[in-house]
Formats: sequence, C-alpha cells, structure tokens
Amino acid sequence: MSSILSKVKLPYLLLLPGFLFLFTFFILPIVNLAQTSTQTPIANGDTGQYEQTFRFANYIDAFIENREQFARSFIFAICATLLALAIAYPLAYAIAFKSGRFKNILLVLIIAPFFTSFLLRTVAWKQILGEEGFVVPPLRTLGIISESTTLTSTSFAVVIGMTYNFLPFMTLPLYASLERIDPRTMEASGDLYANGLTTFRRVTLPLSMPGVVAGTLLTFIPAAGDYVNAAILGNPNSKMLGNVIESRYFRIVDYPTAAALSFTLMAAILILVTLYIRKAGTEELV
Amino acid sequence: MSKESSLSPEAKSVLGAMVSRRTVLAGAGGLGAVGLLAACGGGSDSADSANSVRWGNWPLYLDYDEETQKYPTLDKFTAATGIAAKYFEDYNDNDEFFGKVQAQLKLGEDIGYDVVTPTDWMAARWIRLGYTQKFDTANIPNKVNILDSLASPSFDPNREQSLTWQGIMAGFGWNVEKNPKGIRTIDELFAPQNKGKIVVLSEMRDTIGIILRSQGVDLQKVTEDQFMNAVDFMAKKISDGWIRGVKGNEYAVDLTSGDATAVIGWSGDMFILAAENEGKFDFAIPDSGGTISGDNLMIPSTASAEGKANAEKMINFYYDPVIAAEVAAYVNYVCPVKGAQEEMEKIAPELASSPYIFPDAATSKKLSVFRSLTPAEETTWGEAFQKAAGN
Repeated sequence: MSSILSKVKLPYLLLLPGFLFLFTFFILPIVNLAQTSTQTPIANGDTGQYEQTFRFANYIDAFIENREQFARSFIFAICATLLALAIAYPLAYAIAFKSGRFKNILLVLIIAPFFTSFLLRTVAWKQILGEEGFVVPPLRTLGIISESTTLTSTSFAVVIGMTYNFLPFMTLPLYASLERIDPRTMEASGDLYANGLTTFRRVTLPLSMPGVVAGTLLTFIPAAGDYVNAAILGNPNSKMLGNVIESRYFRIVDYPTAAALSFTLMAAILILVTLYIRKAGTEELV
Repeated sequence: MSKESSLSPEAKSVLGAMVSRRTVLAGAGGLGAVGLLAACGGGSDSADSANSVRWGNWPLYLDYDEETQKYPTLDKFTAATGIAAKYFEDYNDNDEFFGKVQAQLKLGEDIGYDVVTPTDWMAARWIRLGYTQKFDTANIPNKVNILDSLASPSFDPNREQSLTWQGIMAGFGWNVEKNPKGIRTIDELFAPQNKGKIVVLSEMRDTIGIILRSQGVDLQKVTEDQFMNAVDFMAKKISDGWIRGVKGNEYAVDLTSGDATAVIGWSGDMFILAAENEGKFDFAIPDSGGTISGDNLMIPSTASAEGKANAEKMINFYYDPVIAAEVAAYVNYVCPVKGAQEEMEKIAPELASSPYIFPDAATSKKLSVFRSLTPAEETTWGEAFQKAAGN
C-alpha cells in the first residue's frame, strides 16, 4: 500500500523544485506584468504612479505607436537567423564529417566565446567595425566603401552583431543532428548513383532538419527580443522593440506601455514559432 | 580647457591613473541599458550600520589609487572618524537606479544605501515623493561652503536635504583635426565635416537645453511648445543623418575611435579625453550658452538613525575644502565647495586655474539650469525626447 502511494507521489515530488522555481520566477512575474499592462496613471500622481483601470487599449496604443520598431525587431531577427544558418551549416557539417581528430577542439572553440561576457563581445564589435578597426580602413583603400560611410551605428552592424552573438546556438544543434546521421545512408545514396549535391539535398539535409529547426528557433527567439546589439551597435533609426521597452520602463517610467509591449512581443514570437514548427513538422524535436 | 594647456607631472599621473580603469569601464559601464545587466548586486550589504556608511555613487566619481586599489579620501574619512565607508560604484543611471530601489522606498524597506547621488531632476523627484531625510545641520557645519550659485536650487531652496557632489557642465566637444577652428555655435556643430559623426547626450535636459539656448530660449521659463520645437530640431537632424547616436558617457569611446567627430558632451569627460590624447580633443561652452546641473548627496528615507548620522559626517567631510580639492583633482567636474580652489593651488596649480573645475565669472554667466518639470511634463517631454531618439 505504502509503496503504491509513494509511487504515485514520487513524480510530483520530483516536479516540486522545478515547479516552485518556475512559479516564483516565471508565473508570478508574468501575472504581475499582465496586471501592470492595463494600468493608467493616477490623476495628479507623480512620475511612475499607476492604478489598475483595466485599460486594454494600452495594447493597441503601444502597438500602433511602436509598429516601426516592432517590424524592425522581426526583420533583423530573421536576417540574423538566415545569416547564422548560412554560416553555421557548413561549419557544423565540416565539424561533424570532415574534422577527424580536431573535432573536439573545434567544438570547444565554438563554445569558447561563452567564456567572455556577452556585453564585452558586443562592445568588441564596435572596435572591429570602428573607424580605426581592421575592417573599415582596408575597405576604404580598396574603394569598396566611401570616405563618409561608416559601419558602426548602422542596421548592418546590429544584424552582424546578432548573427555573431547567436551563432553558437545555431551551430550546436546543427552539429548534434548532423553527427547523428548514419554515414552509411550517404554511402547508400552514392551507390544508387546520386551525386554529392543530390545526396545532400535528398539525404543529409532532410535528416538534419531537426537541427535546422532547433537552431533557427534558438537564434530567432532571443534575437527578436534583443536590445543590447541595437543599443551598442545601432543608431536612432535602427532601434528594436527591446530598446523601446527598456526606455519606456527606465527612462519614461511608463510601466504599462512597457508591459503591454512585452506581452505583444511574446505573443507575436509565440505565434510565429508555432506556425513555423507546424510547417516544419518536426515532432521529434519537442 | 584648450589644447595648449600643459599639465604638471602630478596632474598627469593623476589623470594617467584613471586611464586604465576608464578604458575598461567606458565601454560596458557607460551605457544605461546595458549597465543594467552588469549592475545587479552590490549595495545590498545590510551589515552593521552601527559604525559604517553605505554610499552609492556613479562610476569613476571619487579619487582612486590604482596601486593600492583604495579610495584615499574615504580612507582618510575612516581614519578621522572611525566610521567604515562602504562604497558602491553602482549608480550607473538615474532612471535605472530609481527603478531598482523605488519599490523598497515605497514600502520603507532598507535600500542598502545611506547616501545616494541622484542628478538634480531626479533629486527633485526623491524630495517630492518624500524619499529623503532632512539633514541635521549640526552634523554638517561645512554646509556653508557650498558655492553661491548652487546654494538654492528650486527643488531644495535651503539645501535642507541635498548637497551637490559635483557640478556638470554640458557643451560642445570636438576632434581638433576635423574641426580645426573649434565649435562655438550650433551651426558649427552641424557643419558638413561632422555629418553622420555627431553624438548627442541621452540626458534630455543637456541636449535639448543646449539646442534651446541656441534658439534663445531661457531654460528657467521654457514652455512645452519651445521644448517640442527643439525636439523636432533634433529628430530632423537624426533623420537627415547628421546625428549618429544619442548616448550617455560612451560618446567618449566614439570620439577616440574616430566614429564621432563632434558631440554635445560633458566637461569632465572632455577634460580627461583631451588630457589622455594630447590635445586631440577640445571642449567649449557654446556662445549661446550651456547647461549646468549637479549630482546631489542625499540620505534616503530608509536609512537608519545611525546610518543617517554617519552619512552626515561623511557629507561634512567632503565639504571640507582640502578634501574637495583632492576629489576635484581626480574627477575634473565642477567643484561645488568654496575654498577648494585655494587648496587646489597647493596640490595642482594648473588645475586650480582650469575654468572647467572652477568656472570663472565669464564661464558661469554662460551656464544655466534647466527648470524643474512637473510630473506630467516629465512624462510627456521625456516621451517626445525618447521617441526622437528612436526609442
């Protein structure tokens, strides 16, 4: 009897720490954020004093006012994801199939950037793309960019920064799923007279799709909510929604708008991701 | 300061000592948005308030000895009073700091500091909301040393609960090679050679204040229409590609990297930049006028009676002209303490004659203070400014 009881209870007991953690640090803040998002300023109150009036129009106002940054967040995130995929796929492919005894070293190198702070790495890009960095002077000499063109404080720099920062998140899942492919499937494809390209298109790529989906999600989701790259590498015309939320929260002390924008962003990402997973149809991923 | 001014070896070593720390912090610490990520922790040390004082201040805002990794004047304070000073360089941004401690202030819970250092307009908000404590004047006899020009701000007319830590002047800073004639007017700032390489301050009252002054507006009487007009001016300069960024301290990094050639910036930063780069940069208060503001030492309402008494002793200590001169020699902002200039003569005479630490009558006349805004104005004006800055 007691053993049956403990069998029933055990899973719940195991769940408890995780549940308590998520309750305190995820559910409570989300509820709080939801409450804040429909508040309005207290009449004659001081800066930052709001009361609950259930004004759902906050969402519409916030969206209309910031639709530009909203669109930019998604465009930049998609660009960064595609760029990261284009860079990471050959990289992961080479590590998985062609690196031989260097495989482990290469994998460590992929993770190595994590040993340094995200912020410092982003600031470093400012120097790399700066006027006296390694990129601008050679490009000027070759006449590729004009004397007045700069690379920092541009949308280009923001996308490059995001691509760089999220590259490991793209590479690792790709590597994991490429590594799992049985090389004999590719040999079999060759035996059936498929050339390299066809083998890749018909065998390798489909088998690595779970990695592609996982990698693109792990890149796209944080990229869409990112504000650090736009703050450090961007200009006033390349701000993303994260920057607006930051400024609403800390500069203008307009908590309701910041909360409404956060929710809208979360919802938009959730919808896009759901559609994407449906379309990609990789159940085994989740 | 101008490029021909030469510094004594002592002053150079003082400045040199700052450089390494500054370079490390300039990138990461300067940015409010990002400072946020880094600035968790600190200040929450709730240990024995019996004989200690906890001070939250801006980074690089107190004399620091690179070799011993100590703050010499704080050590002197401890030696003189027996009060241990816990110093936190985690006041990175007015709004961010306020956001961090507001909930605790409202509930009357200890925020982890006995002294905080908000800028004038934020100090006004703390006072308005009753988040500060009035000084016990008996503990601060040196209060009388405050400069006349700073003695009666509108937010605290008798300086009953705030005393200026350092004064900050905003004006034009420029790269001398790109602007050999210097920049004294707004038209010279927006000159063709600076197109796309101008950075302005994210501190609304400084950037818009300087634009307003160039339009002949009195900052003590500025109206909403005038303000919005100046914001439109900035927005136009951004959309036309003149201004590449609206930033905090990190404009200094852009100037040194060559990404910016002209800025609306702060005197203290520009002073250090010019000294570090041997006259490659210069700074001037615009002919039409610059802005001056201050960061204020205040005691939060949540400080204990003992913490408050210790804080008062510390504030009094820093209003001693000898100590104030030592601090000013390091931080290079406007020194608010009378008599410090004479003391500076003894430790670094060329700094004593610097109009950026001790503004002369002519410089002072060109500086004005942005008037206090009502909470409603703070929100709508702030919104308009942030919007123009792309946020």
